[in-house]
Amino acid sequence: MDFTDTPAEAAFRAEARAWLASHAPAHELPAGIKIPDTEEADRGRAWMRELFDGGWAGLTFPKALGGRGLSGIEAVIFAEEESRYHLPKGPFTSIGTGMALPVIAKHGTDEQRARFIEATLKGDVTWCQLFSEPAAGSDLAALRTKAVRADDGSGDWIVNGQKVWSSWAHLTDWGILVVRTDPTVPKHKGLTFFVVDMKTPGIETRPIRQISGMSEFNETFLTDVRIPDANRIGAEGEGWACCMTVLMGERLGSGAHRSGVEPLVDYAAATPDGRGATMLDDRSIRLQLAEALADERGLNHFQARLRTMVSKGENPGALAGMVKLGYAGRQQRVLGLGMELRGLDALAADPADTFTPDLQYDYIYSTVMRIAGGADEVLRNQIAERVLGMPGEVRMDKDVPFEQLK
Amino acid sequence: MDFDLSDEQKMLAEQARGLLAERTPYDNLRKLIDAGAEWDEPLWRELAEMGFLGANIPEAFGGLGMGELDLGVIQQELGRVNAAVPFFSSIVLAADAIRLAGSEAQKDEWLPKLASGEVIACFASAEGPGPLLGQGASLDGGKLTGTKQPVADAGVANLAVVQVGDGLALVRLDQAGVTRTRLDSFDQLRPHYRIDFDGAGAEAMPGRGLLPLLLDRAAVQAAFEAVGASEACLEMGLAYVKERQMFGRSLSSYQAIKHKLSDMAVANEVAKSNAYFAGWAAEASPDDLPAAASAARLSAIRAFEMAARENLQVHGGIGYTFEANCHFYYRRERLLAVNLGNRGYWADRLLDALPGAQGKAA
Repeated sequence: MDFTDTPAEAAFRAEARAWLASHAPAHELPAGIKIPDTEEADRGRAWMRELFDGGWAGLTFPKALGGRGLSGIEAVIFAEEESRYHLPKGPFTSIGTGMALPVIAKHGTDEQRARFIEATLKGDVTWCQLFSEPAAGSDLAALRTKAVRADDGSGDWIVNGQKVWSSWAHLTDWGILVVRTDPTVPKHKGLTFFVVDMKTPGIETRPIRQISGMSEFNETFLTDVRIPDANRIGAEGEGWACCMTVLMGERLGSGAHRSGVEPLVDYAAATPDGRGATMLDDRSIRLQLAEALADERGLNHFQARLRTMVSKGENPGALAGMVKLGYAGRQQRVLGLGMELRGLDALAADPADTFTPDLQYDYIYSTVMRIAGGADEVLRNQIAERVLGMPGEVRMDKDVPFEQLK
Repeated sequence: MDFDLSDEQKMLAEQARGLLAERTPYDNLRKLIDAGAEWDEPLWRELAEMGFLGANIPEAFGGLGMGELDLGVIQQELGRVNAAVPFFSSIVLAADAIRLAGSEAQKDEWLPKLASGEVIACFASAEGPGPLLGQGASLDGGKLTGTKQPVADAGVANLAVVQVGDGLALVRLDQAGVTRTRLDSFDQLRPHYRIDFDGAGAEAMPGRGLLPLLLDRAAVQAAFEAVGASEACLEMGLAYVKERQMFGRSLSSYQAIKHKLSDMAVANEVAKSNAYFAGWAAEASPDDLPAAASAARLSAIRAFEMAARENLQVHGGIGYTFEANCHFYYRRERLLAVNLGNRGYWADRLLDALPGAQGKAA
């Protein structure tokens, strides 16, 4: 056990820190100001290009495929250093590097790798995810969007259906798409994976009006969308395996998070308690903040243990779901606590107060964390089944051809 | 960076687990309770023979000179089996107190005997209801006066490390002026005593103001003990629900049960990860220790609280019987929850350890 850098790690950190100090400040987002999403996406591309040109893109991606082939530990060190700056990173960059690239690397052809990997690392190609549907969320394999071969002998596919919760679909270049190509077999077996150019005729994205007031998620309608067979990733019927590769990337994560609790300690210290002291002197608030801090630290250390496992060649499997399960629940609790300790002011703050609006927004958004990328309940099932060896849920639809399901 | 136990530590854990699994079946714990026993003496002798008692005591004083993580690994295994031995009192608290605050002569005299198990020490601080550190005892001209209660393991101890104000004193228990009275004790495997000191001969330790550090270090070890016990509760609950049939199917197939046990597993991993970090901090990074120990303490008690309660819960009625094994942990959990100060103390310590915390709050 050693939580300090080895000499090699320290050298890597120093190199990263020096490079970031000279390149990151120019890319930082202004604090407390919401910029238009088109501008945010453009800035995201520019930062990716900077990373690529500086040799900091695809740190853990294999060298043969254009990455640097470094260890997970080095990626963490870089993420820690990078997190000192407020940079334009988000789904518009991470869906490409964290989801599209792993699936193309693992299941794609050499031609597909050559076409997409470097372009994605550079920020020239950005990605959205076309997975969930109105009737297929946690039960993703129940999806209904279908693809059939065109009847003109071209080998192309014609796709019809509706996708939902596709982050940034309106501003990204390509989408990773999973569809049903064979309804005569059970649901997991009839799926096929594609990449699709978002400018293809027949694709219409409509922003969803969210409870936060923002609209970064979309509904995407696909009407007679023609996709060349060259954009199929993996074999016909291999779509579910591709989805699993994508979702593993979604769960493990590599980023270093800034503390979500410590700013609330400061917030409490800046809130008067009406008795001449601050809300940080309130026993109940102190207890809740300290419990949340202990939980946050423990989960960060747990994530570090998982990274050590990965660096030793072990597969953490469903243990990775614990990180998200623990994080999402705590975020909602602690952000709610933040509003409570502030008092009535948490509901409508002075315009000069930039923290409270962020807190309000984050509290609303914390609901997303508990649902997206494996809902709390799905993760609990997975932990019970795969970590604790408890029985799986009864699956009435498991061996039934999809077209015969109600 | 390496966030894992070393191979040697894993071997140490295996060795301890092997010995303890063999020597401490639950039926043995029931026998000890029925006999009103003070402790599991044969187990203590064996721990001594294996060198475990001296694990973190320096070699110069007859120990093995290992670190806090090594001691933690042993504590985790003792917690797993609910061992009825005065390890926490004698090694984690008393020996560490002597090491931190004692004179060279005091260390020379006591540490080798504590490491060998020849002398057992208890740690006396509370004085009835209220804070962990009582303020009524007084030491004057080498004579100690006052009452400490409850004091764990005082029945088998020959020596007491007694907290007096912000200092510590050494008191031999087999002398006139010391009266020990066994109290009806909530944890039936850890008898507690009232000790009356009536001008008893006592020797002050020179180190002062070291109590917060001593408690931090002990909190790390208590966290390891709680983690081992929480893991045992999860394992026990899991084994039971897998075996038990209800409404025509395995109890383990119900989602209410699956989700409960998942939450226990997550809490255990959080607690264990904090304990690992705190063990490392106790060894190698003193600046990180107050926050790390507090976080380890808070999350370990939270995990153990859930594990002890929900393990009994999934057992249903059988869990309320003496013949089931849930109750050992249900009682031990409360012992660990109160024996080093309550949640409030550790919450304050954690918040006060944050950078820039001074001046923010009273």
